[in-house]
This record gives sequence, structure tokens and C-alpha cells, in this order.
Amino acid sequence: MNNSKPGQMRGPRHGAPAGKPDLKKFDKATVKRLFTYFKRFKLKIGIVIVSIIISSVASVMSAVFLKSLIDKYIPEIVKTGSYKILITGIIYIGVIYLSGILSGFIYNRTMAVISQGVLKAIRDDMFSHMQTLPIRYFDSNSTGDIMSRYTNDCDTLRQMISQSLPQALSSVVTIIFVFCTMLSMSVWITLFIVLFSVLLMIITGKIAGNSGKYFMMQQKSLGDVNGFIEEMINGQKVVKVFCHEEKAKEEFDKKNAVLCENATKANTFANLLGPITNNLGHVLYVLLAIVGGALAIADVPNLTLTGMTALTLGTIASFLTLSRQFIMPINQVTQQLSSIIMALAGAKRVFELIDEEPEQDDGYVTLVNAKILDDGTITESKEHTGIWAWKHPHKEDGTVTYTKLQGNVVLDDVDFEYVEGKRVLHNISLYAEPGQKVAFVGATGAGKTTITNLINRFYDIADGKVRYDGININKIRKPDLRRSLGVVLQDVNLFTGTVMENIRYGRLDATDEECIAAAKRVSADGFIRMLPDGYNTVLEGDGSGLSQGQRQLISIARAAVSDPPVMILDEATSSIDTRTEAIVQRAMDALMDGRTVFVIAHRLSTVKNSDVIIVLEHGRIIERGSHEKLIAEKGKYYQLYTGAFELE
Amino acid sequence: MIKTLLKSVGKYKKDSLKSPLFVSLEVIMEVIIPLLMARLIDNGIEKGNLPYIVKMGIALLISALFSMLFGAIAGKSASVASCGFAANLRRDMYYRVQDFSFSNIDKFSTASLVTRLTTDVSNVQMAFQMIIRIAIRSPFMLIFSLICSFTVNVKLSLVFLAAVPILGFGLYFIFSKAHPIFEKVFKIYDKLNRTVQENIRGVRVVKSFVREEHEDEKFKNTSKEIYDNFTRAEKLLAFNMPLMTFCIDACMILIAWLGAKAVVGNELTTGELMSLITYAMQILSSLMMLSMIFVMIAISRASAERICEVLVEESDIKEKENPVKEVKDGSISFKNVCFSYSKHGEKRCLDNINIDIKSGETIGIIGGTGSSKSTFVSLISRLYDADCGEVTVGGINVRDYDLKVLRNAVSVVLQKNVLFSGTLAENLRWGDENATDEDLKRVCEYAQANGFISEMPEGYNTYIEQGGTNVSGGQKQRICIARALLKKPKILILDDSTSAVDTATDKKIREAFAAEIPDTTKLIIAQRIDSVINSDRIIVLDDGRISAVGTHKELLEISDIYREVYNSQTKGGRSDE
Repeated sequence: MNNSKPGQMRGPRHGAPAGKPDLKKFDKATVKRLFTYFKRFKLKIGIVIVSIIISSVASVMSAVFLKSLIDKYIPEIVKTGSYKILITGIIYIGVIYLSGILSGFIYNRTMAVISQGVLKAIRDDMFSHMQTLPIRYFDSNSTGDIMSRYTNDCDTLRQMISQSLPQALSSVVTIIFVFCTMLSMSVWITLFIVLFSVLLMIITGKIAGNSGKYFMMQQKSLGDVNGFIEEMINGQKVVKVFCHEEKAKEEFDKKNAVLCENATKANTFANLLGPITNNLGHVLYVLLAIVGGALAIADVPNLTLTGMTALTLGTIASFLTLSRQFIMPINQVTQQLSSIIMALAGAKRVFELIDEEPEQDDGYVTLVNAKILDDGTITESKEHTGIWAWKHPHKEDGTVTYTKLQGNVVLDDVDFEYVEGKRVLHNISLYAEPGQKVAFVGATGAGKTTITNLINRFYDIADGKVRYDGININKIRKPDLRRSLGVVLQDVNLFTGTVMENIRYGRLDATDEECIAAAKRVSADGFIRMLPDGYNTVLEGDGSGLSQGQRQLISIARAAVSDPPVMILDEATSSIDTRTEAIVQRAMDALMDGRTVFVIAHRLSTVKNSDVIIVLEHGRIIERGSHEKLIAEKGKYYQLYTGAFELE
Repeated sequence: MIKTLLKSVGKYKKDSLKSPLFVSLEVIMEVIIPLLMARLIDNGIEKGNLPYIVKMGIALLISALFSMLFGAIAGKSASVASCGFAANLRRDMYYRVQDFSFSNIDKFSTASLVTRLTTDVSNVQMAFQMIIRIAIRSPFMLIFSLICSFTVNVKLSLVFLAAVPILGFGLYFIFSKAHPIFEKVFKIYDKLNRTVQENIRGVRVVKSFVREEHEDEKFKNTSKEIYDNFTRAEKLLAFNMPLMTFCIDACMILIAWLGAKAVVGNELTTGELMSLITYAMQILSSLMMLSMIFVMIAISRASAERICEVLVEESDIKEKENPVKEVKDGSISFKNVCFSYSKHGEKRCLDNINIDIKSGETIGIIGGTGSSKSTFVSLISRLYDADCGEVTVGGINVRDYDLKVLRNAVSVVLQKNVLFSGTLAENLRWGDENATDEDLKRVCEYAQANGFISEMPEGYNTYIEQGGTNVSGGQKQRICIARALLKKPKILILDDSTSAVDTATDKKIREAFAAEIPDTTKLIIAQRIDSVINSDRIIVLDDGRISAVGTHKELLEISDIYREVYNSQTKGGRSDE
């Protein structure tokens, strides 16, 4: 029986992959890999397999019972007038039925645990592994694509594991047992049924093929219509402003008509499949009666596996039941096969993610709480001291040195390319003393963000090119390096949760008081208190209820609570009005105080008081110096500042 | 709700009726087959009457073929009807959205409109097909099989009557217990997906704050929640199959027992016994189908409701009968105008607005976020209707114009503007379908866009990606201005449309306006004082009210707000200094 679940409706919601699956794509490696997830359920799987066999056999036994009923029990009763033989028979079949029902129950329940367990393991593996992937992976794969591995692909996997696999297994077992039972009753009629089944499979294969073909076309035109709808609805206000409604309708009607046509064809073929296989079953049923009847009347010797017997009415009756039990699982196997292949394709994509090369981290220099002794030497401390030091073990002589965390960053002649052969940074050298403010200015694509990507090792470069407090950053363990760097990004990302939780994201062990203090420091406290539940207001959908400026303030507070010696600030480009901008700017200034800061500037008004302004163009530093110096030089910065060039 | 939806069946009504009709015919044929079969066995095989077997056999084959034919016709009309219905639903909704006013669109939000037009329609389509096909088939099958079995043997059929409620209640019980768990599971699924999505989008934040483990833990908790609930629900559903098997098996045994007795007592023939067994299968499996259909339809109900909401939404901007077909000039006047987005809201977005603008004047508009600058200009082209007071264009109330005429005369460059996929020229021609290449070039020169367009390898034939992602922000804004100019409007409204354009180019655009379209009334909303400094008059909006009107010089004298903005921008210092 089909355990259809409401979950099946999930499929189309995510635009499940569809179409005729290619049998050749049966990927052995993926299957093997998938099996490793089942390994820990060894015992349970054994139980399931045994249960499936028992329940399949029990269902086949019905036909055998029917044969005995008609051929043996009824004539016997008529002859002796005693119901004893029937009672024995019923008790006998009753026991078989009971064990069938019981094992059916056991395997369905066990399967629920297995399939959900496997899925959970796969999901968890996927996510855990994703946490280890380098930024490069996220930059080169779209969010939608990664997401679909969690949604679409896991969905098809779930259906396969919890439905297709057990059904296919039970079908195969049933087919084998039915086949054997049939052979034991009559070889000729069995051959006849097998031949008919082959014919049936050819016909259904044809129909399914056509349905698959049109289904692909339907999916394509559905994508087309959905894309059009999305574009038009998103631009609906523009459509109205330009009185473009009629045109938009015309175009829509065209696409909608194509979709309707393809969908009708695909659905028609799919709908034909049911009545045709069902009624061909009836035809077989009828043919069996005619052929069997004719054979019985003509008294043709009946060949069975156990020798020659007479073809009785009971045999024909049970064949009628058996033929159904034979054809139904054959149809099911063909149907399940396509969904299994689809799921394997999904599994492959899931494993692709799990197999992605994780972020390399050979760093061994760590960040520790430190105490400075009276003589100026630094030692490690177990308590939180507010002073941090780099703990640097030296392999050669086994000694450990401590360097105080200060925030001194040096880039020495750095070249970088994201894609081989496409160099985006050329000979970048810079020197930031603790407490200095360095601003990067330049057009989009000039390489501003890339430089900061190198400092926090989102992307790695050759040894010794970047030094942090004199230490080669490739030697610093990435988590420790990043903990010493605060970041406020251009695109604010907030997480679902309360405002307090979002601020605490900066340092998980921060108390409520510390979070509030940080918010106060960057003047975010005011508006947060105005929110319906203050700091306990739950933010959803990336803080969609807040204004752009407010979201920025929260992200600044988040960075403030982490209190690192070095900050990277990527200014937001989106236009906020002058007053809000002033507040955000003040918050940024508060954050910068006393730290080494790298600012990626989009508005020149904010970089004037930097210690160094670095003007980038096509990955090269073309000018550097203070605001006054650069203005006096009348170069690119001057032009930008006076508005002769666009930054964007 | 159903009535609203059924309106969209339209010309597919015939197919929608054909499907259930032929489904029932198919069912009748299928139910007849076991009856005929019983005769064939009793009178043919048992009696050894070959001609009878052939005769009955042919009758049976014909029934089977008819059943197939009816089934095929039903299948085809079901797909024609459901796909057609879906297409109509999509069209009706889409047309309805085209008629929506701005406030209707705001009410639904674009994202939700898109879902309603796409996935919700797919869900309803599936449910519709199920209703006109399987939801007819199963109960019919149940009833006809029951009737037929009663004609065969009343006593034995009572067995079915006992089995049906047992299975029915059992299934109902299981589903009613499992359904809420599934609903819950899907909510948790959404949570899981949200966690993943937030994690991917905010991967830089996660990594910068070294929160990988924290995120991992968060995910694993949700993942565990899904595991627990899903297993619970599936374990409940695990009762389904055994229950079904139990009913079938019990029927089988009872029929065997009672049937054997009846056969012995000559009350029943072997063939009839066979047919009763077939009916047992048909009755119980259609019951099973029925229970599944209920679940499916229950799920698509939410989608149907969401679609209905769109279909019954009335545009709140109504056109007047015998509207005015011509806009005389570009003069604008607001008399005691007030407006608020939510009709129950306490706060007015615009309050007591009074101003007269002469045709050909250039007006600058300045004000902070939330000062309702965009709302103010929206009323001119009747994107929204004022709640009180009167907005007139060319001396006539905007409500009296033909909407098309009004909007063609008032060209708005929206703040959140979009380009559509297609060539640059196609995008520009939204302004005027019949514009010549020279026209395009001319307006692009005014908007200072011709320069960079000519530098593109394919010039005006450059393909613009959806949303205009392959041009820079400043370029996009200039293309949008050119597009608006192509309408040859009497009034041109720029809603913060040059924010990404550098000041020098911005200035050139304004100079071109002054020289080339002097008779057009120009309203310019801007954050930058530079953009409005040379306007004939500048309106300073504050919190939905006009706080001051005047030239740049006058405003520096009389308006504190204006002076503050001016100082913060030109002196470059912070506003608190």
C-alpha cells in the first residue's frame, strides 16, 4: 500500500527535478556511499528484510488458500459433511495472515526510524561539513543552489528511503514468490502471464516515456512562466507608471498558453497510465479464464514444477488472483525505479557538498588570555584578563614565546588572484600601526574587499606576505585570528532571534549588561528600547522589520561586544538619509576608537580623518597618504572628492 | 471560496464534467467484470461449456476495453480540465494584479503575489485533478461494489459492511493523529531551511565571529526535532498498512468460512465466491484512496484560500465614467490634501498639504526618511488616491482623468526602479512603443546615457539581464530617466533618481532638462542639496507636512531643517559639530 504522506506536496513547492530519468546514470559510487549511512542500522535492516519477506509471502498465500478452498476443502465438506478440514485450513492461513500483518507493522515502524535516522545523519553531515568550507565555496555557488541540496535533494532522498526502497524490495520479493507459486501450479499458464506482462511493460514504458518527455517540456515552460511572473510582479509599479498593463497581459497569455498545452500533454499521458495498466490487468484476467477454462475442458495435461497434475477450477481461480499480484508489483517497480534514480541524482549532489575540500588550517599560533608580569614578561593566564597574547610554540627548539596582541598589520608586496590567470591585486604593500585608521577608496572591483578578505584569511595567500603583530598569519589558527578581528560588513546579516541574541553573536559569553553597554556605546540603545519588546524583540527574516540604519546599528553593536583590537569596516552603499547616516557614522567612530581599523569607504566624507587613505584602481595602489596630502596632489582622489568621477 | 475559484474553470467546464462522468462509467464497467466473471466460471468452466466461455469471454473483453476507453477519456479530460483551470487561474490572478492599485500591491507584497501565482496554483491544480478524477472514482467504486456484492449474496456482503467502518474509522483515527504532527514537521522544516539560508547568506559573519560550532549546534537541534517528530508521525502511519491487510485478511477468512458453508448449502456458486473476493479488494482499497485524498485536499486548501484573496481583491482606484481625455498643461495644485497608507492607521503620512505649481516650473523636494516625499508625488499621477482634499493637474481633479491619459502625461521615475530583461532599446520603448532610433538617442542624450550606451559593444541592442544587473546603479538610473522622458510628459517626477550618479553628470542632466524640455513641469526629490539648489522653488517636507517653500536662498534664511541639511553636506563635518 502506498504510504502517501502530506509531505509529498512539498515537492513541487521547491520545483522538484522532474522528467524521464536516465537509467545509465545509475551511479555505483553514490549507491555505495549511501549504504554506509545504513550501516549503523544493520540489525534493524535485517529485521526489515525478514519482515518484508514474511509479509509478501503471507499475501501470496491467499491465492494458495483459495485453491485449497475450492479444490480441496469444499468438495471434502460436501463429501464428509464435516467442517474440520476447513477449520484447520482457516487456522493455518490465519496464523500466516497474523504473522504477515505483524511483520508488516514491524517493518513499517522500523523503516520510519531507519529512514529518518539516515536522513538526519546525512543532513547533519552536510551542515557540519558546510561550516568547514572556505568562503570561496560560498562565493562561487549561489545560495539557491546550496539550499536546494537541503530541500529538493533531501526531499527526493526521503521519499526514496522511506517509500521507494521498501516498496521496491517488497515488490521484488512478491514477484519472485508469485512466480514460484505460479510455476508450482501450471507452467503453461505462468508462461502466458509472463509473456503478457512483458507486453504490458512495453506499453507502459512507451506511455511513461512520452509522459516524461512532455513533463520536461512542462517544467521548462513552467519555469518560463514563473520567471516572467516574478519579473513582472517585481516591476509591477513600473508597469503601472508606464501604463504597460495590456502589453504585459499579452506576453503573459502567450507563455501561459504554451504552459497549458505542455502540461495538458504531460498530464494526459500520466493519466492514461492508470486506466490502461488497470484494464490490461482485467484483459489478462479474462484471457486467463478463457485459456484456463479451455485447457481444463480440453483436459490438456497440466505441467507443474512438481509434475503433471490436472488443471482444476481451484487452480484457475488462484491464477486469477495471482495474475494481479504479479502485475501490480511489476508496475510498482517500474514506477519506483524512476524515483530511485532521481533520488540518487539528489544524493550525488548532497555528497558533492560533503566532499568539498574543507578550509585548510595549518595554523598553530593561538590566542590566549595573558598576564604581564612586573618585569615585562608575558605569561598565560587561565582567567579572563582583558589582555591577550599570541602563544607561539617553536617546533625547532620546543620553546613557547608569547607576543602581546596589539593590532599591527603588515602586507608585503601582495599579489592575488581568485581565478587562475586573472590577477585582481598587484604589489599591494601597506603598514598599519596599532590604533591607526586605514581607508580604502576605489571603484567597485578595484580590490578593496579583496584586501580585507586576505587579512582575515577568507582567502589564503603565500607565506609571509601578511603579518599580524609580526607573526606570519598563515601560522595563526584561523579561529584565533578571526576572533582578534572585528568585522562590520556592507550587507548586514542578522539572524532569527532576539536583538539581544544578535548582539551577543559577537561574543557568546557576554552578559546582558555587556551587550547593553555595547549597544549604548554605539548609540543603538535608544532605538532598541523603543522596539515593542526592547532587547527581547524577536527579529525575523534578516531583521526585515527594522530600517536599514537600525540594522546597521545592531551589526555595529555586535562587533562592539566582541571588542577586538582590529576592525574591518565595510561601509553600506545603500542610501540612507543624512540624519540616520550621521548616527551610523557616530556609531562607527565610537567603534573605531583606539583600534587598528580598515575602512572600505563608499562615501568620501567618512574617510577624511583617516591616518592613511589608499586609492585603488584595478587592483593597484595608485595613491596613498592623508586627505590633505591627496587633495594637494590633485590626482584621482581629488577628482573623486570633487565629484568629477563616479565611485559606483 | 469555492464559488470564486470555480469561476475560473471557464471554457473547461465541459471537460470538468466529462471527467467525472466517464470515471463513473469506467467504474461501472469495472464493477460489472467480476459479475460476468462469476457466470463464466459457474456456467462455463465448471460445466465444461466452451461456447459459453467464449461468449462470456468476448463480453468480458469488450467490457474491459470499454472500461479502458472510458478511463482514457476521463484521464484526458481530467488533464485538459485541470491544466486549463490552472492556466485560467493564473491568468485571472495576473489580470487582477494588473488592475491593482499601488496600495493593493503594497498590501500583498510582491513576494507573496509571486508565490500565489506559482506554487499555490500548482497545488490547486493537483487538488482539482484529484477531485474530478480520483475523488469521484473512489466513493463510486465503494458504493457500486457494495451494491453488486449485495446482489450476489446478502449475507456475505454484510461482512463488508462490518469491515468498511472498521477500516474507515481506523484510517481516520491514524490520519487525524498524524496530520497535526506533519503540520508541525513542516513548520520545523521551514525553521531548518531558514537556519541554513541565514547561515549561507551570513557566512562571512559566521566565520568572522568564529561561530561555526554554535551554528552547527543550532542546526543539529532543529534537525533532531525534525527527526523526532517525523519518526513519531511515520510510526503512526505505520499502522496504515497492517490495518488494511488486517481488514482484507479478515474479510478473506470470513468469506472463506461463510462462503464455504454457502457453497455447500448450494446458496452460492464458486464463481460468485470469487467475485465477492474481488469486491472485497475493490471496496477496501477505494476506502484507502479516499482517506489519502482527504489529506491531500486539506493541504491544498491553504493555497486555494491564498488564491481567492487575490481574486476577490478590488482595486481601490476606480475610473470615472466619461473621463477627461486630455491633460491641458503641467500645472499642479494640492488643496488641503491628506493621506495615510493604512486606512485605520492613526498617523497620517501627508497632512494638510497646500501648494500650487505652475506649468514648466522646476520644483525641488527635500526631507528626511519618512517625511513622505515619495507619497507626496505619488498622488499626482494617482498611484494612490488622497483621503481628503483635492489634487489637480492642468486645473482638473486627477480623479476625473482617464488613468492612462493622466499617467502618460505624468512621468514618474520611481525610487525603486527596475529594468526588464530584453534589449536596452526595448526597455526604453516602454516609454513610447513607436519611438524611432533617433528618438531613443535624443532622450538618452538628455539623460546623459548616450555616452556609455554607445561605448557598449552592442550599443542600444545590449541585452539587459533581469533586474538590470549588468549595468551599474548610476547607469540604470540614467536609462530609467531616458525611458521616462520618451513619454514626452507634461510633468516629470524624479524620485531620488540620480543618487548613484556623480554630481557632475547630475548637473548636466538638470541643465539638459532646462534647455530641452522647458515647458515640462519638473519635480525633483533628492537627498543631495546640489540636485535641487537651482530649482525655481524648493519644498521642505517634514513628517508629512510642508515645513517651508522657497528658493535656496530664502530657505537658508527661514528653514532650520534646510539649513541643517545644507550645512551637513557642504561643510562635510558631522551634524553635531
